[in-house]
Amino acid sequence: MTRDDFIAVENFSFFYGEKQALHDIDMAIPERRVTALIGPSGCGKSTLLRNMNRMNDLIEGVRHRGDIRLNGHSLYDPKVEVISLRKRVGMVFQKYNPFAKTVYENVVFSLRVAGRNRKRELDEVVERSLRSAALWDEVKDRLHDSAFGLSGGQQQRLCIARAIANQPEILLMDEPCAALDPTATLKIESLIRELKEQFTIVIVTHNMEQATRCSDRTAFLYMGRLIEYGDTKQVFENPREEETEAYISGRFS
Amino acid sequence: MADSSNAFATTGRSRRGEPFVWLTAAGLTIGVILTLGLLGLVVVKGLEVFWPDRLEVFEVDQDGATESVAGYLVQDRTRRDLDGATHEEIQVFRGNLELYGEKFLFLDKADIRDTSRPDDLLLVERMEGGHVIGTAARIEFGDGARVGAEDPEFGDRLEALIEENEERRKELKEIEKDQIGRNAKQVKELTLRRRLIEDGVESGSIEAIDAELQELQAEFARLDEERGEIRERLEADRFLVASADGRELGIAGGELLHVFEPNRAGFFARLGETLRRMWSFLSDDPREANTEGGVYPAIFGTVVMTLVMSIFVTPFGVIAAIYLREYAKQGPLVRAVRISVNNLAGVPSIVFGVFGLAFFIYFVGGVVDGWFFPNAEEPVYKSGGILWASLTLALLTVPVVIVATEEALAAVPRGVREAALACGASKWQAIQRVVLPASLPGILTGVILAMARGAGEVAPLMLVGVVKSAPDLPIDAAAPFIHPERQFMHLGFHIYDLGFQSPDSEAAKPMVFATTLLLIFIVVVMNLSAIIIRNRLRKKYATSSF
Repeated sequence: MTRDDFIAVENFSFFYGEKQALHDIDMAIPERRVTALIGPSGCGKSTLLRNMNRMNDLIEGVRHRGDIRLNGHSLYDPKVEVISLRKRVGMVFQKYNPFAKTVYENVVFSLRVAGRNRKRELDEVVERSLRSAALWDEVKDRLHDSAFGLSGGQQQRLCIARAIANQPEILLMDEPCAALDPTATLKIESLIRELKEQFTIVIVTHNMEQATRCSDRTAFLYMGRLIEYGDTKQVFENPREEETEAYISGRFS
Repeated sequence: MADSSNAFATTGRSRRGEPFVWLTAAGLTIGVILTLGLLGLVVVKGLEVFWPDRLEVFEVDQDGATESVAGYLVQDRTRRDLDGATHEEIQVFRGNLELYGEKFLFLDKADIRDTSRPDDLLLVERMEGGHVIGTAARIEFGDGARVGAEDPEFGDRLEALIEENEERRKELKEIEKDQIGRNAKQVKELTLRRRLIEDGVESGSIEAIDAELQELQAEFARLDEERGEIRERLEADRFLVASADGRELGIAGGELLHVFEPNRAGFFARLGETLRRMWSFLSDDPREANTEGGVYPAIFGTVVMTLVMSIFVTPFGVIAAIYLREYAKQGPLVRAVRISVNNLAGVPSIVFGVFGLAFFIYFVGGVVDGWFFPNAEEPVYKSGGILWASLTLALLTVPVVIVATEEALAAVPRGVREAALACGASKWQAIQRVVLPASLPGILTGVILAMARGAGEVAPLMLVGVVKSAPDLPIDAAAPFIHPERQFMHLGFHIYDLGFQSPDSEAAKPMVFATTLLLIFIVVVMNLSAIIIRNRLRKKYATSSF
């Protein structure tokens, strides 16, 4: 059984200082599905995504109202340890950002910081994660070379492997293909479709085709508000709201 | 305006910027020329010192009589008398201090009748009194034997004489420094114990100590006798040199260091002599109030001090910068701290010297002495030493490291930090495993700058441990091998000492240039090695780009 409100955003508002970035968002993200967040620049989709692993805590002067629940547990419960939360929620960024380490060390980073250093376990994790990220065949002979020797698309897939190495439940992707060429983009997209067997994926994208190609559900945000949220097919083919239609048909961006 | 209507005007307003291009280019050119000129001067003057000059004999008219002066040309100049008459003069180094009372001499060119370059002129280096210039006369051995210069064996005998005396000097040094030194140290310790027992502070048998003391005294008498014997042997043989004006000058065998015939030497022989002089400059102890011999202790002191300084300054500066940049809440207080740190770099260095003297030597050194050496007769740590000098310089250079590290940390892309945190790393783990490695090249740049500044600093060192002459190195074979409390020599101070404090400024001049060249060379070498390390790291941690 998969849960329909695996991530439950409840009446969530978010402020950068005085500026309100999110207005009373309510949405339920289903387990082991791909949910796309779309909307014009500055609409708050990245902010929402980055709140799901509390990455926005790093910024000074932010506050929130409302709650986000993961599998029923509040992220903002004072008892929640941010570090253990981030172990359950992996993240892939817009610009691929491998560490200045070997391919191998990049993948096992999350295990090492958790104090897991047994060689056999790490070896297994590296192979499993790289296979999941469809990168194993390309890098299995250069595991101990610098990660910077890989191509852009490979580096981004390495970042995905790194994010899933510690077997999180959720994978957040912030425009994962923005810095990649079309071939690499297609590879990542098919990877996303495979990964949803194991992970609940939330992806921010500017690319409409990408959203239609790889997401099950789509949320359209505009000016910090959730305008429309539904099955991807319905949102793109038969949008209920006028703003959604205007956006997906390219009348504004 | 005519040209403002023409979009492609080539004269007038649109060209007004060009003089500034020329101005900036001229500024850069002047800077480059000055730097190259400075380096060139130091390199030429510094290397010139080692090249053996030809020796010449000048026949000089002196009040009707002709006098022969042997030596090498130092400079050529025009002197103007009070009455306006000009004299063309040359300055000649003629050595032979005992005969003439002065090593240098000015000759009026008008008085010079004749100049020649006899092949058999010798340049003799000796321990004391500076060089001797003249022709070989004979060797008088202590047992009465004599070998004249015309003897075919003369050359070999002279060489053997120099070699065996070198052995003797080594032996003497061993006895004086190691054995007698150890003996004196033991006597000192025992005397102190005896006093403490007498005062009732410690328990023990005075008789036993007295017996030991007697033994040591006997040992000292034996060593002293041995020393006397060696000294006698060093004095026994004499090498006699005939000066150009026909007088004879005797050099004791023990004083003899090196004999060279510059006029007979071809290019390669002179090159060899140059290299020999360079090596002796690098590896020997100074002699004759630092104007002769080498600068080895000063090189050693400079390098050790700079390295110790880097060892202190790097962790201190890096940790401070990490707190300032990564942990401290950015606000007025942090801004004030940052401004203060930057201004610290502008404080005159002598101020740090005074601080080092007051804080490190008097206060910290006093406390250390009080705890660990309460019975020492002389202060151990409460006096200038290489440790305190390094710490003072570390304070002086810490702003450089802090500023460079802060910049390096700030330059680490945000994405890399976020990636580390998103993997479940704590803030410290992210800094330690990802941010610090990525900023290492920048941090090393700061350390390089700090080393360059520290190695060349002189003023504060004079207050915290640098001395004119320190025969004992801060690291040597005597237990406990590392002596952080010892005073030391430093190339920068050595230059100052030679140039301004030397009793014989003419003789010291070449050494000033040679030492300056060496100081520049050492700073360059230390910087280059740090730069090479940095570039390796940079390659290793090169950040990705699109």
